Amino acid sequence: MLLSVTGEIFELKAELNNEKKEKRKEAVKKVIAAMTVGKDVSSLFPDVVNCMQTDNLELKKLVYLYLMNYAKSQPDMAIMAVNSFVKDCEDPNPLIRALAVRTMGCIRVDKITEYLCEPLRKCLKDEDPYVRKTAAVCVAKLHDINAQMVEDQGFLDSLRDLIADSNPMVVANAVAALSEISESHPNSNLLDLNPQNINKLLTALNECTEWGQIFILDCLSNYNPKDEREAQSICERVTPRLSHANSAVVLSAVKVLMKFLELLPKDSDYYNTLLKKLSPPLVTLLSGEPEVQYVALRNINLIVQKRPEILKQEIKVFFVKYNDPIYVKLEKLDIMIRLASHANIAQVLAELKEYATEVDVDFVRKAVRAIGRCAIKVEQSAERCVSTLLDLIQTKVNYVVQEAIVVIRDIFRKYPNKYESIIATLCENLDSLDEPDARAAMIWIVGEYAERIDNADELLESFLEGFHDESTQVQLTLLTAIVKLFLKKPSETQELVQQVLSLATQDSDNPDLRDRGYIYWRLLSTDPVTAKEVVLSEKPLISEETDLIEPTLLDELICHIGSLASVYHKPPNAFVEGSHGIHHNCILMLIVYNTGHYCPSGDLLGDLLNLDLGPPVNVPQGSSMQIGAVDLLGGGLDSLLGGDLGGGVGGSPAVGQNFIPSSVPNTFAPSPTPAALSSGLNDLFELSSGMSIATGGYVASKTVSITGHYVHMFYCLYFFCCVFSFGVIPTTPLAMHTPLMPSQSIDISLPLNTIGPVMKMDPLNNLQVAVKNNIDVFYFSTLIPLSVFFVEDGKMERQVFLATWKDIPNENELQYQIKDCHLNADTVSGKLQNNNIYTIAKRNVEGQDMLYQSLKLTNGIWILAELRIQPGNPNYTLSLKCRAPEVSQYVYQMYDAILKN
Amino acid sequence: MIHSLFLVNASGDIFLEKHWKSVVSRSVCDYFFEAVERATEPENVPPVIPTPHHCLINVLRQRVYFVAVIQSEVPPLFVIEFLHRVVDTFQDYFGVCTEAAVKDNVVVVYELLEEMLDNGFPLATESNILKELIKPPTILRTVVNTITGSTNVGEQLPTGQLSVVPWRRTGVKYTNNEAYFDVVEEIDAIIDKSGSTITAEIQGVIDACVKLTGMPDLTLSFMNPRLLDDVSFHPCVRFKRWEAERILSFVPPDGNFRLLSYHVSSQNLVAIPVYVKHNISFREGSSQGRFELTLGPKQTMGKAVESVLVSSQLPRGVLNANLSPSQGTYTFDPVTKLLSWDVGKINPQKLPSLKGSMSLQTGASKPDENPTINLQFKIQQLAVSGLKVNRLDMYGEKYKPFKGIKYMTKAGKFQVRT
Repeated sequence: MLLSVTGEIFELKAELNNEKKEKRKEAVKKVIAAMTVGKDVSSLFPDVVNCMQTDNLELKKLVYLYLMNYAKSQPDMAIMAVNSFVKDCEDPNPLIRALAVRTMGCIRVDKITEYLCEPLRKCLKDEDPYVRKTAAVCVAKLHDINAQMVEDQGFLDSLRDLIADSNPMVVANAVAALSEISESHPNSNLLDLNPQNINKLLTALNECTEWGQIFILDCLSNYNPKDEREAQSICERVTPRLSHANSAVVLSAVKVLMKFLELLPKDSDYYNTLLKKLSPPLVTLLSGEPEVQYVALRNINLIVQKRPEILKQEIKVFFVKYNDPIYVKLEKLDIMIRLASHANIAQVLAELKEYATEVDVDFVRKAVRAIGRCAIKVEQSAERCVSTLLDLIQTKVNYVVQEAIVVIRDIFRKYPNKYESIIATLCENLDSLDEPDARAAMIWIVGEYAERIDNADELLESFLEGFHDESTQVQLTLLTAIVKLFLKKPSETQELVQQVLSLATQDSDNPDLRDRGYIYWRLLSTDPVTAKEVVLSEKPLISEETDLIEPTLLDELICHIGSLASVYHKPPNAFVEGSHGIHHNCILMLIVYNTGHYCPSGDLLGDLLNLDLGPPVNVPQGSSMQIGAVDLLGGGLDSLLGGDLGGGVGGSPAVGQNFIPSSVPNTFAPSPTPAALSSGLNDLFELSSGMSIATGGYVASKTVSITGHYVHMFYCLYFFCCVFSFGVIPTTPLAMHTPLMPSQSIDISLPLNTIGPVMKMDPLNNLQVAVKNNIDVFYFSTLIPLSVFFVEDGKMERQVFLATWKDIPNENELQYQIKDCHLNADTVSGKLQNNNIYTIAKRNVEGQDMLYQSLKLTNGIWILAELRIQPGNPNYTLSLKCRAPEVSQYVYQMYDAILKN
Repeated sequence: MIHSLFLVNASGDIFLEKHWKSVVSRSVCDYFFEAVERATEPENVPPVIPTPHHCLINVLRQRVYFVAVIQSEVPPLFVIEFLHRVVDTFQDYFGVCTEAAVKDNVVVVYELLEEMLDNGFPLATESNILKELIKPPTILRTVVNTITGSTNVGEQLPTGQLSVVPWRRTGVKYTNNEAYFDVVEEIDAIIDKSGSTITAEIQGVIDACVKLTGMPDLTLSFMNPRLLDDVSFHPCVRFKRWEAERILSFVPPDGNFRLLSYHVSSQNLVAIPVYVKHNISFREGSSQGRFELTLGPKQTMGKAVESVLVSSQLPRGVLNANLSPSQGTYTFDPVTKLLSWDVGKINPQKLPSLKGSMSLQTGASKPDENPTINLQFKIQQLAVSGLKVNRLDMYGEKYKPFKGIKYMTKAGKFQVRT
């Protein structure tokens, strides 16, 4: 594979350097074609860049395409292209100016972005709107690469100015760019919406492209009109968008209207007109492609919960067609039940019965369940629903019967003493029930109505035979049912109840089952009258609609109609929370070395291998973690392993983890050292890492370094990536392209920030790293000291501190002992302050020093601390209060570590 | 915004990827493949798939999945609409939007995708503008390009890009000036066993093919505009004028475009042009089933029902069908159990029928499910909603254009339950 690609690359290289322009263009096309299918053609970089100086627009565009893809991996080479870019930004043809600024923004290389600022500034003020609108997007790109620079250079202000631009497309792009930027600045009010610029947006809304309309509508939905007059006038100007051909425009308009409806007086004519206008566009969305229907249905599900009146006449459009995709069918069914009412229940039931004979099992089950939900929701229909369910049970289709029995149990709970006459029919199907849900439901019914079922004891006994093979759910229900039976018919069932109690308490490992068994046992043996009161007490009726979205969440989701949140039915912060991190610098140290046991068999690496067969480098397992050790950056392997450097944490646990290779690569073959064979791939590399913060603590957007020492065999290291609870990601992936010779080591730095996606890790400060080299991808994980995430503005005001301390519930307070520490209060404060833990107040109470301290994490979590130091006692008491108590333990570890060195 | 796009074929290979921001590893598609595996049919893959760090939004067209990767909160419909636009553009450029077409034109595809999005923001999605930027590949042009050395990338800023009418380019010239409008209505209906209508609605569109010189300003008025209470317009239509006068006033794009789509809901009575008499039955204990189907015209306003095609998914237990059609041809696929009958035209004097028997697996019990009959048909020169164009006028240009209007009614999702 490798060799065949190499051959192709030689050919392309020759063609790229051909003197004929046409040949070169064809060659670049081939390169692009190879790139699109994922082949690595990055080694042709210099040859392709040479083709950039051309007056042929197509060739230029192709070269630009290539540059965007590979500049990152060849930053030094990319610099060669800068001059051409800067020149193109001055070109008389606006298309070329725009193209140049657009492409430069896509090259995510720091060195290039520096050169981008001046051309970008000019382009933001270009006479041609096409250039301006391209430049607006470029600001968002640049912000993604280097947010601080964008702020420092005043580009955000320029963007805000563009909202007042005369061209609607420029306005739309400025809005889009600002919205995207503000996603990473949740608190800043980038888009300062006021009546003036709202008016500008509304004007642009009429004239810009469909995509621009979506950006503007989404932006409008964040505006809070000052009164109902303003709300109404915005609604009036948004309503025409409901007739747009683009479904995304329609849904964004629906969002604005749904939100502003809240502000309009309910009795006004306009309010009612608006409600009527919302229905047709929603119905129309359902005639779109299935994927459009799906998103529309998820949103309609919210809308009908909030304002059922909008679609109550339209239930028929939710009737299922047999060739709808399953995801559309299930959503439609859900909405049908929400819209079911006394007026339409006959139609709905007829439909549901029809669906229950379809082919798709999931859908049939849901349809049967839906019939039960209708019975519970529309009281007048309960009888009809029950008879429909009985009809379905007669079909004897196994899963239909089981599903029907589950819903009939709920109907019994909702309407006690009404439909028990059908129990006999249900009992006929006892044998066919093989799913836990259905078995449990049937057992519950038998227990609950034991007095009306002559052979209840026989029925329950039949379940008892295979008691231990049943699921927990069935076991628990069976236990309760038999106890109920006993309380109702004590004379005949004494033996049965003893049997079940002993099965539950003596023969079962399940603690819940045992506990429940014992409780019943005690109740029955001490006080049968109370037992009867407890077990056979009157149960509350089940509520009408069990699956409604909780009202506050619903209101929040309504504000996010059309968004991902509305499809997931989860608030946006549930899946993007913390993605709004602040840039933060920390230094990740990485040491990778090879013990020399294994080697690739490929020809390319053969020579390296031969050099490599000496004794394995003797390195101890594990490593130490370093904090605040700036000098480590310059230090080598030895100094790191030497341990206690700078502010290193002596007592921290060894965190170096062995590599866990993602796969066993075919290219690996055992080396001539057979003894090593058994040791497995973990011996291929050992790896340790350290993590530390620069002296400045956290400084936004300053770079972060990684030091890597690669000994032996690493031919080439490409890629690096971290994922983490605090959203740490590298700002750019790291790539090294010079091969590492045996025993050679290279220092590299990798800027990290905390704007990455957040995933809760266990432990919280777990850092995952992937290293890709010419052999394979390797993963390892390590722990980051939490202090890296303590931010500099973590000092709380005294008053705020007091209030917050009181405000956090006491159960969130956790106490720790810091042992064997011989420092006085002032030294303690000083040491902690160096690590961004700030002392807010110090008090002396009965000879003890009390320090009150605060710190803040990059993701905005505050931690309050009270540190009690008794003179002469080397053990300090630390009380931590935090709204997220799971971090307290890690904070304590940091305290301990900081104070002990 | 849209981060990356992967094109995946039916066998699960990623055959094209495009990243508009940083590169997202292909491995993100693993979540998509899992979803494909879970789905029983390719069509059943859910369009929105959450993953821990991304969201995957996909559409399936011509056995190709277009999988968009997004990382931040983006309206899913925005992504879906964009993907549709990508599909339309490919279709426009290459005639079809298949894996082979994309692979054959991979560089043009890449150029197009680059023009369509910038940093995940849509840039140029109007086919008029794109065609000025990147000329579609044709055999003739390839030949001409090799001889003259010219390229298929436009050198000029596309004129429409920033004008007030971004959908129309300037300097359009035709020797024959013509404007054709097709009013096409599709009936979606569910008919129950007994032949009564459960739901019926009409999805209508007016598609236009306008080849007019210069900057014509058109108005189109209807005899009965009140029918149109639920409409979606092409951006060229002046909404205010419609609100006030119920007249469509617009400067048309050049070439083919959809002027308007509309929906006539079930509240209004929808005429059902065809009826189906059916008797599909199985007897308990017998390995034979009966199959009888007769079609007939209903409310057709005197027009002929043509191109009738009946299809039905027979129960899984059916081994084979032995039927005889009174006209047309039928096929039954014993593997997929799909029965389809190409009827042709319905002659009201001699109603088409399909009769015969079905054989079941011996000993198998009577099938639980009732097959649904799917109907396709066409009726020329009829808009079943009754919509009629009154007149078409042109302003702004001096010549006299040739005008034409055609009506057609088709079956959309037309289903008869048995």
